[in-house]
Amino acid sequence: MCTVCGCGESKVAGHSHDHSHHHHHDHDHGDLHFGHGPAGVSVPGMSEARLIEVETDILAKNNIYAQRNRAALAGLGALALNLVSSPGSGKTTLLCRTIEAFGDGPLAVIEGDQQTANDAERIRATGAKAMQVNTGKGCHLDGHMVGHAMEHLELSPGAMLFIENVGNLVCPAGFDLGEDAKVAILSVTEGEDKPLKYPDIFTASRLALLNKVDLAPHCDVDLDLYETNLRRVNPEIEILRISARTGEGMAAWIAWLKAALAAKPRKDATR
Amino acid sequence: MHEMSLCEGIRKVVEAQAAAHAASKITKVRLEIGRFAGVEKHALAFAFEVVMRGSVAEGAMLEMIDLPGRALCFECAEEVEIDNRLNPCPTCGSGKLMPTGGQEMRIKDLEAI
Repeated sequence: MCTVCGCGESKVAGHSHDHSHHHHHDHDHGDLHFGHGPAGVSVPGMSEARLIEVETDILAKNNIYAQRNRAALAGLGALALNLVSSPGSGKTTLLCRTIEAFGDGPLAVIEGDQQTANDAERIRATGAKAMQVNTGKGCHLDGHMVGHAMEHLELSPGAMLFIENVGNLVCPAGFDLGEDAKVAILSVTEGEDKPLKYPDIFTASRLALLNKVDLAPHCDVDLDLYETNLRRVNPEIEILRISARTGEGMAAWIAWLKAALAAKPRKDATR
Repeated sequence: MHEMSLCEGIRKVVEAQAAAHAASKITKVRLEIGRFAGVEKHALAFAFEVVMRGSVAEGAMLEMIDLPGRALCFECAEEVEIDNRLNPCPTCGSGKLMPTGGQEMRIKDLEAI
């Protein structure tokens, strides 16, 4: 599998297209694959070691894709949020409720999972546009996958784009997708020390949603301790307590989204 | 954190550099890894050996240079060095620290013949 783009194992499966699908993911990504040329030939007599300065980020290729996505989003004045959490935190239910409460503005969803198109189907049932990206063996979405998915979604100017990352508190922290912000979703059943155990993802997030607060009385958890631990790994993190099931705190979350979208600069005046 | 796929990223960069510099063999790869990069060095070293097989860097030595963890203390408003993500500020003892450095994962240079 191509590390950075996930080609070979991943696929983008979405709504049906009447045009032929041209992303077969068997392409070579240009200049990174030309290591099969003359360098493979040994040169007798040339044994002296020399130093090649590289100074390249290991994730440089991903960062290029992410910047491309960021530029495309900026051109549209669209806001992209990268939703990160462990599996089962209630991301998809939260998204469905969010879409229902969000109102009429243009909105689209990219769903990342290792397998199945279940989540995209759940999102499409709400009437929103959704693309499923299956990462195969991959443990995170990357900039290249999201770029392809964005092309298929044909985002409207001023759109709200939710990118639901693969459920994983580790790897998605390291891969920029070109989003405006990461939003971490932590359900109260997961344990108060999750931010301390997996600090990177919470340090990288602007907002944490403490979800399923309706279950808190049944599972002996201390919601204040969740907040203390979140602030310990990220003193600047914003926190909202919500329940996608009962609707508690949803108004504050929708208000946060609307404010973030309103703050995104618009390059064109179509809206 | 996905050390195997990081090594596949390293292999692509190494192969491209080897081709660009007409190197027949890469004998050493030097990485700079930040304290908070989330990289497990033993896992990376293991994956490196496996992933480089069949490439110009097969059998190459892997050297990892540690870069320190740095964080901004919200109380002293200064950048401090910390060894552990959850350590308090070494100057004032405050726990309000925001990491500012130590997330690096860079290929520094290669030794080629």
